[in-house]
Amino acid sequence: MDIAEKEKQFQDKIDSGQKIEAKEWVPENYRKQLIRMISQHAHSEIVGMLPEGNWITRAPSLRRKAVLLAKIQDEAGHGLYLYSAAETLGVERGELIDQLITGKAKYSSIFNYPTLTWADIGAIGWLVDGAAIVNQTMLARGSYGPYSRAMVRICKEESFHNRQGYELLYDLAQGTPEQKAMAQDALNRWWWPSIQMLGPSDADSKNSGETMRWRIKVESNDTVRQRFIDRTVPQAEAAGLTIPDPDLKFNEETGHWEIGEIDWTEFYQVIKGYGPCNKKRLRARQEAEHEGEWVREAAKVYAEKQAAKKTKAA
Amino acid sequence: MSTDQGMLWEVFVQAKPGIPHKHAGSVHAPDAEMALKSARDVYTRRREGTSIWVVPANMISATTEQDADSFFDPADDKVYRHPTFYTIPEGVKYL
Repeated sequence: MDIAEKEKQFQDKIDSGQKIEAKEWVPENYRKQLIRMISQHAHSEIVGMLPEGNWITRAPSLRRKAVLLAKIQDEAGHGLYLYSAAETLGVERGELIDQLITGKAKYSSIFNYPTLTWADIGAIGWLVDGAAIVNQTMLARGSYGPYSRAMVRICKEESFHNRQGYELLYDLAQGTPEQKAMAQDALNRWWWPSIQMLGPSDADSKNSGETMRWRIKVESNDTVRQRFIDRTVPQAEAAGLTIPDPDLKFNEETGHWEIGEIDWTEFYQVIKGYGPCNKKRLRARQEAEHEGEWVREAAKVYAEKQAAKKTKAA
Repeated sequence: MSTDQGMLWEVFVQAKPGIPHKHAGSVHAPDAEMALKSARDVYTRRREGTSIWVVPANMISATTEQDADSFFDPADDKVYRHPTFYTIPEGVKYL
């Protein structure tokens, strides 16, 4: 069977809604696009622990602290589910981690923003995880089985992240004037980056055509973004917080909330490495890799010694 | 290249007693003991499991997609293996 025939069979399978599984024949670019997407996604989960980790020691109560710890541990788990899914495409985990710590790989631009106040922890759970859920629910319907199953699992766990963040911010918004101002300030700073994290608008998205034809993505960035906006605006209202967009209005005809223009210059600046925390995030990952090295080495030597003992005994 | 990530292990989790173990994903670890602990932390943070198996990924043999049709076709023409193949007179019970 020649390549053209194989590609046709592959496309037919995708069009009929079947999942593609590990080790099946796939077009080289399908494999590459997926490795790119899944590894960026995995890196985002791992780097995403850093802005939140910043507040563990300063959580205002034991309850909030336990919740934050559990949430960050989930993010580590999500990173690992995703590396595991990427590996089914024949790439080594070590290679992916190298790409991250050498600065070759991208991760979600939003994690290059700092967490300046405790309210930012609420904003991340509510907005960043809220946007991630909408995106990941879409990706869960995608064509690659291992990625889609990782998404289903992650979405279930994200729901807790989303709710704890909203609860945190809602409580602040019902508190003293200073607490309410802190909540509003967090919303002001995280709103637009959350809108942007769902990716370039459809007109400028260079990977969209192919990824949609292969059902790696089943909806466009703008469609997913609109869903996030429609869900989130009423949640802000319920908390008595104001979305920082003077042009925001409800369109009675379409039933959708319409936002003002998105500042894409900022988005691309941050992606290119000029966000407020890009260097810091990269350095933290490099240090983690370096400082964990002796643990991995020790574990390896221990495993070898145990195995040798067993062979001797036998 | 970053340091050795350890062997790749496939993880199977039994959600509750009495049901089969189901593939959950994979972990890297230098030995089975660490693979089990890692699998617990990665795949059962919410009591999703009562038992975990880890298997070295390179020890699993699998059928291939390309050969699936010919591999499984011996079962295609043996409908008589299913109870519905047989005609039973009306009113006869417990068959």
